[in-house]
Amino acid sequence: MRKIRILIAKPGLDGHDRGAKYVARALKDAGYEVIYTGIRQTPEAIVKTAIQEDVDFIGLSLLSGAHNELFPRVVQLLREHHAEDITVFGGGVIPEADIPYLREQGIAAIFTPGTPISSIITFIEANRQRDRA
Amino acid sequence: MNELVQQILSSDLRSIARAISLIENESPLKESLLDELYPYCGKAQVWGLTGAPGAGKSSLLDKIITLERAQGKRIAVIAVDPSSPFSGGAILGDRLRMQRHALDDQVFIRSMASRGHLGGIAGATRDAVKVFDAAGFDLIIIETIGVGQNEIEIVTLADLVILVLVPGLGDEIQALKAGIMEIGDLYVINKKDLEGAVKLKTQVEYVLQFKNDSSLKNPLLMTSASLNEGITELVEAAERYYDQLQKSGRLAERRRQRLKREFREIIHAKIRQVVEVRYGIESKIQDLTELVWHHHEKPYRIINNRLQKIIKELNQQ
Repeated sequence: MRKIRILIAKPGLDGHDRGAKYVARALKDAGYEVIYTGIRQTPEAIVKTAIQEDVDFIGLSLLSGAHNELFPRVVQLLREHHAEDITVFGGGVIPEADIPYLREQGIAAIFTPGTPISSIITFIEANRQRDRA
Repeated sequence: MNELVQQILSSDLRSIARAISLIENESPLKESLLDELYPYCGKAQVWGLTGAPGAGKSSLLDKIITLERAQGKRIAVIAVDPSSPFSGGAILGDRLRMQRHALDDQVFIRSMASRGHLGGIAGATRDAVKVFDAAGFDLIIIETIGVGQNEIEIVTLADLVILVLVPGLGDEIQALKAGIMEIGDLYVINKKDLEGAVKLKTQVEYVLQFKNDSSLKNPLLMTSASLNEGITELVEAAERYYDQLQKSGRLAERRRQRLKREFREIIHAKIRQVVEVRYGIESKIQDLTELVWHHHEKPYRIINNRLQKIIKELNQQ
């Protein structure tokens, strides 16, 4: 009965949302409820949206290169709002070398271009254990 | 449970959000939660915003929020989008047009998937309204799914319904038909800059003449959400209309009718549940289907026979 809800959000200033929309649609087809907010969202807006929508996951998409700033900021704001039970994952143009740092900062997974959608679904299924209604 | 109720009453955002999920997921806690909140409900105004897909509901709502916020009201929005009948998933994209309000703590926007419910809203919408109401929001606006001719359940939920129309969707016969055209309290022609808007206005005016209760005239407004035109007039008309509803006693009557309908639905659902469990209806349907399929039985005869047996049994107890 319980539905998984996922926020797909684009922080920062790049306007390239094809990837985000593709993932949103694929997750819809996999049976999840996906909230899509559009481009150019601040980390603050993303976190407030995630709380109001009571999502289980936030998927961040970024192609501008600011991921080392903006992704950890989202995780930090979630902690400040006592919402660290929301799992954050990311995608976009992200150099391999940056991934360990992002993981360390609390981003649970990074999906780079070419990732099959099934990998994201597997990740979600493996991490959907939040103990709530 | 008590803690959750207290937090909702003190308007803790995370608790409000959680409570709505509990309701959506049909949690066992749902019924007692709603009973606890019930005494605190009834203060908020509930507006419904409905119309065809792409009519501009979300964009209008974005502008309405701005104006109502300027008056200091706390606003909650429930924006309903359809669930996929195939995967059960959904893309909830209404709030995309309202994200400018994301940082305003006095605006709470919740997207809701219909989860198979027909009628333009979700099964959980009615109870989500109660959570926002108890949490002290002044104005709750429900944005329906993009609707067709007959998805009019919003009328059973809202104090006041704003029907958003756009030019280009059909001739004057469409405006005369039963269903959606009859449920508006306010009629809005959005995209008024498009060709055909004035003609549509004439057609709607014509239809509205025949709407029965002449004591409360249905306002008809022209707006353009994208040009930000006519929104102030719309909000003022809605507030005036609400006042009239309240003063004339119709608001109370509508709400009483709403409660009655809700009661009926709950009772029917409960009875159905009890009967289904008690008599194992689902498994019997399979056997009965086989009998009728092979023409060993007739549908009404077999059902009436079985029912009579059950009633006899009950009378003997």
